Amino acid sequence: MKPIQIQKMQDLLENYSNKDVYVHLETTNGAYASHFDDKAYNVGAYIRNAKVKFSQAKIVGNGKTYRVGLKMEIGWIYAEGLTDWTIHGDNQLLLAGHDREGRLMVSLQISETPFRY
Amino acid sequence: MEKHVVVIYPHPDDESFGAAGTITKYREQGVPVTYLCGTLGEMGRNMGSPTFANRETLPEIRKEELNNACERLDIDLQMLGYRDKTLEFEDRHEVADHLKGILEEINPSLVITHYPERAVHPDHDALGAAAVEAVKLMAPENRPTVWVQPITNNYVEELGEPDIKNDVTPFFDQKMDAILAHESQASGILSKFKENPELDDDLKEEAKKRLGKEHFYIWKYE
Repeated sequence: MKPIQIQKMQDLLENYSNKDVYVHLETTNGAYASHFDDKAYNVGAYIRNAKVKFSQAKIVGNGKTYRVGLKMEIGWIYAEGLTDWTIHGDNQLLLAGHDREGRLMVSLQISETPFRY
Repeated sequence: MEKHVVVIYPHPDDESFGAAGTITKYREQGVPVTYLCGTLGEMGRNMGSPTFANRETLPEIRKEELNNACERLDIDLQMLGYRDKTLEFEDRHEVADHLKGILEEINPSLVITHYPERAVHPDHDALGAAAVEAVKLMAPENRPTVWVQPITNNYVEELGEPDIKNDVTPFFDQKMDAILAHESQASGILSKFKENPELDDDLKEEAKKRLGKEHFYIWKYE
C-alpha cells in the first residue's frame, strides 16, 4: 500500500459515487488486546459486502491520517485513521490505517464487485 | 503408540505456536498427523511496515505460509473453509457435524484442540467447543481421546495442573522452523516477547521459555 495523497484519493472516491457499490468497513484492536494488557478493552466492528449507494464522498485530513465520509440517501458511512491505499484487482479501492508496527487498525474498501467472501 | 493424531485449530499458525513440538514428537515416532485448519486467518492485523499485505491479499499469503508450515512439520492439511473471527457465530451443531464427518473418515486415536472458554480468541473457543462436541456425537467405543489446550493467563489457577505437560525443547528447532514458516505472523508475535527483537539468539531463548512447553488437559466425557 502507498501513503494517501488527498487530491488523488478525492478523485478516486468520486469514481464510485452514484452507483451500487460494495463496502468493507472494519476497525479492531485485535482479539488479544486484553490478553496482553488486562487494562485494555477488546473492541471491533466489521461489515463486509454491504451494498450501498452514496452521492457524495469526501476525504479530509492533515497530511498524515485521513477521514473519509460517504453520504448516502438516508445515512452515512465514515472511517477515521486512514493512512494507506491501494487498488486491488481491477477496481477494488482499499484504504487502511496502520499503527507504527504495521498492524491494521481500520479499513474502508469500496468496489463495484463483491469482495471475496 | 497413537494411530493417527488430528489437530483442530482455527488459524494458520495456531498449530505451530501451540503444538508444533508435540506434532514433531509424533511424526518422529511415525504417527500420521492431520491438521484441520478452520480459517485462513483472513482478519490478521499484521500487514508489515512497510506493508507486505492488505486485507484482500492476506488470505492467499497465509494459505501459502500454512502449506509451508505443514510441509516442514510433515503433516497432512485440510482447510475447513470458515472465515476468521466468525466461527463463534456459526451454528455450533453444524460445525460439529462437519468435524465429525472428517473424524469418522480419518478415525484418529487422539484429537488436539483448544480448551473451550479458556482459549482467549473467540475462534479458538468456538472451534474447540465444536471439536469436543463432534467427538461426543461419536459412538463411545469409536471416540478418540481429546486433548484441549488453554491459553488464558490463569488457566492453572482455574483448572489445576495440566494432564499433559510436554517439554518440547528437544524439538524446539523444528518448532521455530514451523513458526517462521508463518512469516507474516511470526515477527509480530515473537516481538512481543522481547524489547529488542533483532537479537535473534536472545529471541530464541525467550521463545523457548514461552513456547517450550505444550500443555493440554484430557477432556472428560460422561
